[in-house]
Amino acid sequence: MDKDEFRASFFEECEELLEAMHDGFDQMATQKHDEETMHAVFRAVHSIKGGAGAFGLNELVAFAHHFETALDRVRSGKLELDAGLLDLFRHCGDNLTDLVSAARDGDTPVSGTPALRAKLDKVLGADGLAESEPDEPDFEPVTLDFGDLGLSTENTSGLTMLFHAEPGLFVCGSEPAVLFRAMEKLGSFAVEADLSKVPSFDDLDPASCAITWTLTTSDDVSRDDVAMVFEFVEDQCTLDFVSISNTDGPELSDIGISDDLADIPEEFLPSAADLSEPHAGSGPVAAMPGLDDQNEPTASVQESDQVPNKESEAKGNAGGGGTIRVDLEKIDKLINLVGELVIKEAMLAQSISDLGASSESDISVGFESLKSLAGEIQEGVMSIRAQPVKPMFQRMARIVREASAATGKKVRFVTHGEYTEVDKTVVERLVDPLTHMIRNAVDHGLEKGAARAAAGKLPEGTVTLSAAHRSGRVVIDVSDDGGGINRERVRAKAVERGLISASDTLSPPEIDSLLFLPGFSSAEEVSELSGRGVGLDVVRSEIHKLGGRVSIHSDPGEGTTFSISLPLTLAVLEGMVINVAGQTMVVPISAIQETLQPRSTAIHDIGSGGRVVRNRDLLIPVIDVGAFFGFRAEPVDLNPHVLLLIESDDNHRYALVVDEIQDQRQVVIKSLETNYHQVDGIAAATILGDGRIALIIDPDNIVRGSGAKLTGDLNLQMAV
Amino acid sequence: MGLQILAIDDSRTMRNLLNATLSVAGFDVDLAEDGEDGLRKFDATDPDVVITDINMPRLDGFGFIEAARARKRDRVVPILVLTTESAPEMKARARNSGATGWIVKPFDEEKLVWAIQRVAASGENRQ
Repeated sequence: MDKDEFRASFFEECEELLEAMHDGFDQMATQKHDEETMHAVFRAVHSIKGGAGAFGLNELVAFAHHFETALDRVRSGKLELDAGLLDLFRHCGDNLTDLVSAARDGDTPVSGTPALRAKLDKVLGADGLAESEPDEPDFEPVTLDFGDLGLSTENTSGLTMLFHAEPGLFVCGSEPAVLFRAMEKLGSFAVEADLSKVPSFDDLDPASCAITWTLTTSDDVSRDDVAMVFEFVEDQCTLDFVSISNTDGPELSDIGISDDLADIPEEFLPSAADLSEPHAGSGPVAAMPGLDDQNEPTASVQESDQVPNKESEAKGNAGGGGTIRVDLEKIDKLINLVGELVIKEAMLAQSISDLGASSESDISVGFESLKSLAGEIQEGVMSIRAQPVKPMFQRMARIVREASAATGKKVRFVTHGEYTEVDKTVVERLVDPLTHMIRNAVDHGLEKGAARAAAGKLPEGTVTLSAAHRSGRVVIDVSDDGGGINRERVRAKAVERGLISASDTLSPPEIDSLLFLPGFSSAEEVSELSGRGVGLDVVRSEIHKLGGRVSIHSDPGEGTTFSISLPLTLAVLEGMVINVAGQTMVVPISAIQETLQPRSTAIHDIGSGGRVVRNRDLLIPVIDVGAFFGFRAEPVDLNPHVLLLIESDDNHRYALVVDEIQDQRQVVIKSLETNYHQVDGIAAATILGDGRIALIIDPDNIVRGSGAKLTGDLNLQMAV
Repeated sequence: MGLQILAIDDSRTMRNLLNATLSVAGFDVDLAEDGEDGLRKFDATDPDVVITDINMPRLDGFGFIEAARARKRDRVVPILVLTTESAPEMKARARNSGATGWIVKPFDEEKLVWAIQRVAASGENRQ
C-alpha cells in the first residue's frame, strides 16, 4: 500500500464510521438507545480524528476533537443529552461528513465549522477543552513526560544514576535488563548491581526488587536520551542522578562496574513467571481480575447482542464479521459471466428439448440440477452487488433536516427497511431522484404549522421513507402526512400550461399523475428548496432508466405517497417471451398484470380508430404492439391474438396486443443505448436460448408513445 | 524471525498504517480489530510486544490489558498503549491495568519502532 491507498482506505473507513455515527444519532432520537450507542458514536468520531491525524488533516482533527470532547461529556454523564444538544450533534455530524468529503476531494474547508465550534464551546462551558487537551490539534507525535527525571539542561559529560525498580515495573511488562540493553544502544554504558539488600531465599519476594543498580554512561549520552529510555517506567522506579562524573571517570574501575549484563547473576533477576501470579498487596496485580472473572466481558457482549440495534453497529463497524474488499470490476465481470451462463443454459434447454428427451432421462435430470445450481450462483453473485439502502437513507435524513431548516417546518423523519438490499448501481442512481422527492415532501407535501394545527394534526410533520422487497422487486415509498395534492390547483395549472384542455374530465388519480408530465413544474413554483429546474418528470425518467416505475397516491388531508418500484438487478429480468408480427420480443413480467384471450364481443371500437376491451367492468384501451413498432397495420380481428394487461405509471391499465406467448424465463439484459441511443418502446435486448436476439419492450414507453391517441380514451375507464 | 508484534486497533486505517510501519521495520505483525479479537490472537500467537488502542468496541484497551495480564505466562509481555488520549487519569488507569507504556497518536514511525525495540526482550532472551 502506498500513501494514496492508505488515504483512500482511510476515507472508505470514514464512510463506515460516519454511517455508524448517524445511526447512533437516529437511535438516540428514538430514545431507545443505551449507553453503548453513545460509546459507538464517540468511537466513530474518535477514530476519524485518529486517522485524520495520521494524514495531517488538521481541519478535520480540530473539529473532530471538539465534537468528540462534547460527546465524551455526554458519555461520561457530565452533560445531559436533550433534544437541543442532539440537534447540535446532528449538525456537527453533518459538518464532520462535509469535512471528510472536503479533505478527500481537497476542497476548501466547510464554512459552517467555526459557528458549530462556537456552539460546542458554549455547551462545553468555560472549562471546555482546557480540561482534556489544548484547543488546537497540536498533540505531539510522542508525548514524553520527563517529570521527576530532573531534566533541565543538556548534559555533555557522563551521567551516573541510581536505579531502583518498584514492583509495578515488572507487573507492567518492563524489565531492568531490557532497559539496560536500551541504554547500551545509546553509547558506552556500565551497570553495577548492589546486592546488599537482597534477602535470603526464603524471604525473597519475587514481585519486589531488592537490587539497586548504579548506571554510568559515557559523556555522549544526554539526560534526554536517558529520559527516553525510562519514559515508560518513570513512575515505576526511582532514578536518581547522583553526580556528574568526571570525564576521566577513574571511579569506574575502582567500584568494579561490570560492563556486561551477563554478569548479573540470573537468579537475582526476578522471573516473570512468578510475577504473573497475583500477590497480596502488590497493588496493580491484586486489582486485576482473576481468571474466573474473565467470562465477564464475554457475557456483556452477548447481552448487548440481544439489543436489536446492535446489529446495525456490527454492520457499520469494519470489524463486524470478517469482510474482504473486492474490486467492483471483478464483480461486474462475474456478473457478466453469470449472464452468459444464463444464456448458455437457455440454449442448452432448447437443444435438450429439440432432442426430444423425456423429462426423466438422465440428460434432463442432470440439466435440471445444473439449472438449479446456476440459479444459486446467479443469486449469490447478484447479492454481492446488492447493498443495503441504509447509507442512502441516511443521506436523506440529512436532506430532511436541511429542508426542514430551510422551510421552517418541523419534520420527523421515519425510515423503514433500511437493510433492504438493492443493486449498488441502482442505489447510487436513486440518490438524486429521492433527494428531489424528499425535498418535495417537506416543501410541498407538508403544510405549514398553522395549517396543520387547523387540521388537528401534530405540529410536527412526518416524512416516511421505506424500502421493501415485494415480488421480486424493490419498492421504495416516500410519504408525507401533509395535506395531500391540491387537485384544483394542479388541474388549473395543467390547463394553464396547455397540458390538458379545460373541458377534460379527469379522475383524481389522473390529476395526480399530471405532476409527472414534462413542463408541469414551473418557474413560478420555484422555491429555494425544491425548485431547481428539475421536475417530477425528470425523477420519473431517471427511475425509468433503472427499469423502475414511480406512482403517486394522495388522500386529501391525509398526505401523499410516491412509490418507486425497481428491479432487483440491472443484469437479468424475468420476462415473457412473445411473438408479434413474426418477431420474437420479451415483455418484463413485472409489468404484466394478466393475460387475456379476447372474445370479439368484449372489443369495442371507439371511433378515431381506437379500441377498448371490456374486462371486469372496465374499459381498457388496446394498443397493438405490432402496429406500434410499424411491423404491421392494426389487425382488424383481435380474436386470434393475446392481450397482455399492463398497468402503467399513472395507474391505468392498457392492453397490449401480441400474437402468441412462447415462454416465461429469465433473460439477460443487454443495453442498446450505447449503440442505438434510446429507441421508443424498447428497453434493451437479450439473447434467447436459440441464440437469436430479441428486443425487450418497455410497456410504459409504448403507452406513452401512443398516448396522444389515448387521452380521449382515458375518461372511458372511469365512466364505466 | 523478527519480533512478533500484535497490533490492536478498531480503525482499519490505523491497522493498515501500523502494519506497514512495523513490517517495514522488520517486525512480524499480527492485527486485531478489538480487545476480544486481540485476546484471541494474544493467546494464539504469543507476541513479543502488544500495541493496543484504548477506545474499541466489545472489549476496550483497558479490558484487554487486564485480561492479558491475568493470563499465566512465563513472562510479562510488554503492552504499549497507542491512543489519541493523553489525559493523566487515562494513563493512570492504563498503568493500573498493567500497561507498559503510553504513546500518543498520531505516531511518529521512528519513535514507535524505537519504543517497541526498547520494551521488547530481545530475541535471544526468549529462546
